[in-house]
Amino acid sequence: MHELSLVASVFEVLEEKAREHGAVRVTAVVLQVGIMSGAVPDLLESAFEMFKKGTIAETARLEIVVVPVKVRCPDCGGEAVREDTDFSCAGCGSRRVEIVEGRELVVQRIELET
Amino acid sequence: MTTKTITVVRDLLATNKQAAAAIRAELRARGILCINLLSSPGSGKTTLLEALADCFRGRFRLAVIEGDIETERDAERIRAKGVPAWQITTGGACHLEARMIGKVLGDVPAAIDLLFIENVGNLVCPASYDLGEDLRLVLLSSPEGDDKPAKYPQAFLSADALVLTKSDLLPYVPFDPGRAATEALAIKPSLKVFTVSALRGDGIDGLAGYLTEALERLRSGRA
Repeated sequence: MHELSLVASVFEVLEEKAREHGAVRVTAVVLQVGIMSGAVPDLLESAFEMFKKGTIAETARLEIVVVPVKVRCPDCGGEAVREDTDFSCAGCGSRRVEIVEGRELVVQRIELET
Repeated sequence: MTTKTITVVRDLLATNKQAAAAIRAELRARGILCINLLSSPGSGKTTLLEALADCFRGRFRLAVIEGDIETERDAERIRAKGVPAWQITTGGACHLEARMIGKVLGDVPAAIDLLFIENVGNLVCPASYDLGEDLRLVLLSSPEGDDKPAKYPQAFLSADALVLTKSDLLPYVPFDPGRAATEALAIKPSLKVFTVSALRGDGIDGLAGYLTEALERLRSGRA
């Protein structure tokens, strides 16, 4: 349950961006959360609801975009989305794949009222 | 009133990653190999460190940073082996973060070879936090079950080596080391796998050899 600590970082970003743009309110936040990021979307939502009271994002809605695992194969050059924990190459079966997506924990964009 | 959408693209772990990079650079400059130990509670992290302290005695100087929610117990066990230890009590937090390590680092003597960080017992949250280590070991003990890698993939994906602990209990528990290793290798093919009994000393030399090679690589600038 480290989601509270992650959401605290979200609010640091929100406050910084609101100041930078002279915003009176943050109305929406879009987070990218990779399947392999170790963070749980439901817990991020609960933590966000707890955290937002009394802040510039009091009325903001949180949108979480879940990013599946995508692997790239250095042997055949193929890229594929993998749905279970078998991270081998779907094309040639190589095990030397590199995970290129699916570990994100990123504030993608925010909506502000100025 | 105008509403506008701003593209931000900010990594939530960026602050931690920066702090970890600074720790890694400092320790490498000092020629110290840093190892982060991850596992669920009770899988034998402290007992493994006690066995490594015995194994390395007279060869390498060790130091240990202990992370726990409460108590100094683990640090006291390590000090009883003659190894300096610092206890970080997180007071409820489920993982260590790089800045917590950064605060202790100034107290760690310059003349050591291996710095171990024993993370808070938790197979989930610590996986997301780089502490500036060179190697991450994930421990899985035989009573926990051989099905854990696929259930907690992030921890295994983030590790460099898997240490199957409590091999002395294998005759009594339904744990297939081969299955555990196969599942973990499906997630992370480059994992090195070790099977140990820290209580009996079985397999400790093999793990110590792996750490010694990593230290030599670091000191010859090939890390």
